[in-house]
Amino acid sequence: MEVTYLEAIRRGIWEEMERDPNVFLLGEDIGVYGGAFKITAGMLEHFGERRVIDTPLSESAIVGAAIGASLMGLRPIAEMQFADFISCAYDQIVNFAAKCRYRWGAAVPIVIRAPSGGGIHGGPFHSQNPEAWFAHVPGLKVVCPATAYDAKGLIKAAIRDNDPVIFFEHKALYRRIKEVIPDGDYTVPIGKARLDRQGTDLSIITYGAMLYVARDAADQLAEEGISVEIVDLRTVFPLDEETVLASVRKTSKAILLHEDTLSGGIGGEIAARIAEKAFEYLDGPIVRIAAPDTPIPFSPPLEEAFLPNAAKVVEKARWLARY
Amino acid sequence: MAAARPVELPSAVLERAERSEPNAELALRFFYYMSLMREVEERIERKLYRQGKIVGGVYVGRGQEAIPVGVGLTAEPEDVFFPSHRDLALFFIRGIHPRHIFAQYMGRVGGLTRGKDGNMHMGDLSRNIVAIISAMAASVPVAAGAALALKYKGTRNVAYVFFGDGATSRGDWHEGINLAAVQKVPLVLVCNNNQYAYSTPLEKQMACAHVADRAPGYGIPAEIVDGNDVFAIYEAARRAVAHARAGLGPYMIECKTFRMTGHSAHDAADYVPKHLWEEWAKKDPILRLERTLLERQWADSKTLEELRANIRAEVDEAVEWAERSPFPDPSELLDNVYETPPASSEK
Ligand SMILES: Cc1ncc(C[n+]2csc(CCOP(=O)(O)OP(=O)(O)O)c2C)c(N)n1
Repeated sequence: MEVTYLEAIRRGIWEEMERDPNVFLLGEDIGVYGGAFKITAGMLEHFGERRVIDTPLSESAIVGAAIGASLMGLRPIAEMQFADFISCAYDQIVNFAAKCRYRWGAAVPIVIRAPSGGGIHGGPFHSQNPEAWFAHVPGLKVVCPATAYDAKGLIKAAIRDNDPVIFFEHKALYRRIKEVIPDGDYTVPIGKARLDRQGTDLSIITYGAMLYVARDAADQLAEEGISVEIVDLRTVFPLDEETVLASVRKTSKAILLHEDTLSGGIGGEIAARIAEKAFEYLDGPIVRIAAPDTPIPFSPPLEEAFLPNAAKVVEKARWLARY
Repeated sequence: MAAARPVELPSAVLERAERSEPNAELALRFFYYMSLMREVEERIERKLYRQGKIVGGVYVGRGQEAIPVGVGLTAEPEDVFFPSHRDLALFFIRGIHPRHIFAQYMGRVGGLTRGKDGNMHMGDLSRNIVAIISAMAASVPVAAGAALALKYKGTRNVAYVFFGDGATSRGDWHEGINLAAVQKVPLVLVCNNNQYAYSTPLEKQMACAHVADRAPGYGIPAEIVDGNDVFAIYEAARRAVAHARAGLGPYMIECKTFRMTGHSAHDAADYVPKHLWEEWAKKDPILRLERTLLERQWADSKTLEELRANIRAEVDEAVEWAERSPFPDPSELLDNVYETPPASSEK
């Protein structure tokens, strides 16, 4: 059955709520309104007020309450209306949720859903990709699905995971991506990347909406006789180093592509690991393609210039292929 | 003292709560836990710390013992505690032996966190105590969520969250109590207003007169209680718990007290005017309790001396136990970051 990326997430949550009475939702405008993006549409009617909780406008309290409920054995899913507002809950996430298990052995099985990403003219406060803020925090898992299949499988895995998971949903994919996915139950393992396309000349390692940019670029490059392998990370922390290194050892050239800004982004971490562990296999410099180090601008021409696109990837890939 | 009670309580709940007569047995339990807390913290702050045997900071509740004890003894075992850094007695009330507290302060494996964290940053879910993190007030929304879960699961249990006056200036405090009030969760809010947050006196912390004044804005009933009178605290906490258990939502008690030591063991607290020390020394909650015990003939001084001697012996043994407890092996460093270690983590 063909569903959107958005519908895939919705079904994943729905099925988990049917399966496990300890799963419940809390967030702003998720009940009567069904959420700013309608991910939770219909859930209040079906599951009732006890399990679909419209909260005050309080990100820190939403995450804090999720942590407290999880310590009591429930499995809360907290929604940030936009990923940009997750900064309001930063302390609860990085100091409370992430450290409980390590400090005193208490599991915090929460999922924080956060609609992220640009390309929708949302401007500086409705477009960010804050995954790297959290990928530096031991104890958290950070997931960024790109496909509808993975979005459903990963949200289910996140809900069943016994550690805190931040689930970044790319807003530009919500309704644009449609796929046939299996009906019913399946999960996608957290911490495992996926080989999206096999190739021999260079590897593009990416995640989230940039997967589609990588595919476009790979199609164009194929016409020029350049064979591109694409690795979709799916989980950005903890990293699936093995899959990344295997691809780079095979193609000997790596492009790290993300929509998040360059400095301090995930790409830098992956580059370091490739340099440390696959240096002898490299036939060219490790290339990073990312947004520039600016806030995300509002006006369409500025935003377009900000976002990595297939043309930029093709240009750098050509250069790297010839290297 | 003045009481701010903006929300009318259904009288049946209050009557049930108020029908308690202080008695000898309860008073002696107060005495035991308050004296044990004082003795353990005195060892930590004034002996072991000075001997260099404590790792890191020391934060004690000297002069505030009536609060965790008076409140804590109103709880059932399945009620959940979120202690502040000055509520050590809550751990004893839940049956945690002082041995583990000393080991915790010494960074040993016998501590509640096996050396992963220090001092009062400890908890034990099997005994329904949730560990604080260092950031003040962060426990408040978490406690609101725990209370929400207790209600969700259909239990009659409540969560208790403890905090200082300074913590009530943080956004998390306000977000947490607001959510708790809106959701009407069974949460007892306990403020130990010791009039200082580190070196900052109350008037630089808030422009209202009482922490309790903050509650009405959230639709939460609050009362002010003498924080050095364990009987008064116990009664107020019973009202609070009855309210929460009855499904009427959060209830706040503000316990007016004084921190009879520095903010932490390194702090001489020169910023506190001398007359305040003298004034509050006279109101010492343990001395006051002793007087009541003797006046009411619930105990004679010989019995109290015996109790104190037993506590000292218990504490001596606990210190020795903790000193014998090993330091954690560095091989434990990477344990327990996740349920299952990620494949790529370096061993
Ligand atoms: C968010 C945060 N800021 C600063 C500190 C450092 N700090 C630790 S305790 C404290 C004072 C706390 O005062 P209060 O809440 O009144 O509790 P008390 O120590 O008086 O019991 C401060 C500033 C902290 N722990 N957390």
